[in-house]
Amino acid sequence: MTTKSTAAEPTRAAAEPGTLVLLCLVAWLVPGVGHMWMGRRQKGIVFLLAVPAMFVIGLLLHGRVFPFEFSEPLVGLAAVANLLAGAPWVLARLLDGGSGMVTAVTYEYGNCFLIVSGLLNFLVILDAYDVALGRK
Amino acid sequence: MSSHFLLLVVFSFFVSLVFGVLLRDEPRQQLRTGALMFGGFIATAIVLGWLIYPFPL
Repeated sequence: MTTKSTAAEPTRAAAEPGTLVLLCLVAWLVPGVGHMWMGRRQKGIVFLLAVPAMFVIGLLLHGRVFPFEFSEPLVGLAAVANLLAGAPWVLARLLDGGSGMVTAVTYEYGNCFLIVSGLLNFLVILDAYDVALGRK
Repeated sequence: MSSHFLLLVVFSFFVSLVFGVLLRDEPRQQLRTGALMFGGFIATAIVLGWLIYPFPL
């Protein structure tokens, strides 16, 4: 008896708790890779290009990668949103990028790009998680 | 790159692209959803811009 490969098989394999955590971590670190892992390569490539591109544009617009200062709630929340962008955020922190230039006319636009790229990546991670659970 | 409108277009493009791909599975539907969202962003920004135009800063 031969077994037929179906689309549900990788989903079942990914539904193990450890694999799900790893999937979410990988999907966070490199936007779109979670979808590629789940066999949705076209979606993954789009996310891989779009999310980091938004982050880089935010940096080019002199946006700020916010520090984790929860004494100022909006700064803390913006920092969490930045963090969600994954590898671009890690690189920006390591390379001292994203110090922000408040006097730049594009400062707020830059912040907007940086924050939204992180939030979009969060949605992408949740979508990859849903795919792994077989909900989509 | 400090044109407000250009930045609006670039931002709308990326957000529409991600949402279009995220929400739909078929390429044609992704394109349609993304285009609708992109148009919605631009149209809403222009309408809101004109609505708040009379208000002083």
